[in-house]
Amino acid sequence: MEKKKKLSLNILLNILLIVAGLLYLFPFYITLVNSMKDRAQMNASVLGLPNSFDLQYYIKAMEKMNFLGGFLNSLLIAVASIGCIVILSSMTAWMLVRTKSKLSTVMFYSFVATMIIPFQAVMMPLMQFMGLLNNNLGLPMLNHRFGLIYMYIGFGAGMAVFLYHGFIRGSIPASLEEAATIDGCSKWRTFWKIVFPMLKPTTVTVIILDIIWIWNDFLLPSLALSSKDLRTIPLSTFYFFGQFTIEWNMAMSGLILTIIPVVIFYMFAQKYIIKGVAEGALK
Amino acid sequence: MDAEKEARCKGSLVFAQMTNDRGIIVKSARNKAWFALFTTPLYFVFITVVIVPFFMGIYYSFFTWDGMPLNPKTFVGIDNFIRLLGDARFGSSILLTVKYTVIAVLSINLLGLFFALVVTSSLKTRNLARTIFFMPNLIGGLILGYVWKFIFTDGFKTVGEVTGLHGLFFNWLLNGDTALIAIVIVSTWQMAGYVMIVYVAGLQAISTEVVEAAEIDGAGYFRRLKDIIFPLLAPSFTICLFLSLSNSFKIFDVNLSLTKGGPANLTEMFAMNVYNEIFSYKNYGYGQAKAIVFFVVVAVISLTQVYLSKRREVEM
Repeated sequence: MEKKKKLSLNILLNILLIVAGLLYLFPFYITLVNSMKDRAQMNASVLGLPNSFDLQYYIKAMEKMNFLGGFLNSLLIAVASIGCIVILSSMTAWMLVRTKSKLSTVMFYSFVATMIIPFQAVMMPLMQFMGLLNNNLGLPMLNHRFGLIYMYIGFGAGMAVFLYHGFIRGSIPASLEEAATIDGCSKWRTFWKIVFPMLKPTTVTVIILDIIWIWNDFLLPSLALSSKDLRTIPLSTFYFFGQFTIEWNMAMSGLILTIIPVVIFYMFAQKYIIKGVAEGALK
Repeated sequence: MDAEKEARCKGSLVFAQMTNDRGIIVKSARNKAWFALFTTPLYFVFITVVIVPFFMGIYYSFFTWDGMPLNPKTFVGIDNFIRLLGDARFGSSILLTVKYTVIAVLSINLLGLFFALVVTSSLKTRNLARTIFFMPNLIGGLILGYVWKFIFTDGFKTVGEVTGLHGLFFNWLLNGDTALIAIVIVSTWQMAGYVMIVYVAGLQAISTEVVEAAEIDGAGYFRRLKDIIFPLLAPSFTICLFLSLSNSFKIFDVNLSLTKGGPANLTEMFAMNVYNEIFSYKNYGYGQAKAIVFFVVVAVISLTQVYLSKRREVEM
């Protein structure tokens, strides 16, 4: 009797949890169903399912916000920035751990200390300085993908160096590298053949944290890019909403389009994402 | 193969022993070159993107300037900072941000902690629940703000018309107070899953033996929570409180997409006030002074966290 009671309570709690979970996703449900309704249908029932499975607003939204172009820009910028952050930060952090000198200490602390600077505190002078480099030296710093990637490397350096530094100091024994050096490996080869493969857990964390940050970032690209065809997904969503706030069905379709890639990424990399986010927060 | 390697190693060792002073100097110069090769590229980028603009920002905050390259910058000393003290809109924006931060930190942590307790229970559906609760966190604040904007405006209005509950279901974004609650709801929805992950890590680190021993001694679920689990979870509380504190204080994206600071600037938070002063009103010098104050407040929050967690490490 007691056991039976416990079992039914357990089933009830499981059902409650599923209901709570579904309620938590309710905003996405509202967005999805209203992306297929016309105005009259929406006014009649904003919560109900659409009368027909109608994708016309998706096709319109895709065209109006140049979704494909935005997606490719976001992808290119994220991949290039994160690739450079991983390569350059792991190299730097390794040298900073293995070199005992004043310079190396100062460099490490400057990376760490600047992690507390919020972007809004430097956005204006950053744009001035990049403009200066752009106009006087002819470097492609503003309104150019190169410049945006360059700035992401600069802003991503602090945290990546900090994470790699902690991992190398704590878990990579210097004796392994010494053996390789004695074998005649140059530092370059030692790092890439022996050290870098062992840094994989931290590399995964850095990649995950930087994807979430760069993919969703709005402010920096909104200041650094002005051409329409350079827009990333958050930028095209922003301008799209400025234009089409009245046509909610098309706006909702646009939102679903931007959410789909993130959900797919989440489904495939959930294990790494949760581990990476926890590690990033705990450091 | 191994024998060959060993011979090579021995050879190198003998060579290393034979190296004289001159050799050490050569080696040290070579090490410096390697150090430069590995660290200079990143450090150069870092200096040009973070360090130089940071100091330029302090410099600009002592000038009046409209941002046009050809127009003069006028040195005004600390006048910008004095002017801040009498700026009513800036003051109310800071007060609002503090109010928002207090409410948001509480609601994010209460919900996040509750989620963490649920997804570390023995329920079969716990993993699915964890997946769901964390999901909004991956989607950017801008997109989430737009999703909810539809709900708070058209969604609420339509529900109000259909059900007749006009007292609850009206356009929440047209009223300053409800618009602020709307921002709290959206950011709680986004951040609760994030702090949940940190609380889960903390809960999993608590040894089951301690908890089981208390259970055998007859401590009920809430007694175990209060006297055993929560005290052991103290480090996670520190981390989560400060994470949500600094994230809430820096809120910008949700603010922009959900209310744009409206209605009538009633929900313009600190970061948005800085942004508007610089890029909308073109007060580059004065706006940068606000940005410096913004930096100082965020820095104090972060340094307090570092101090508290370092002290705990020493105690342990």
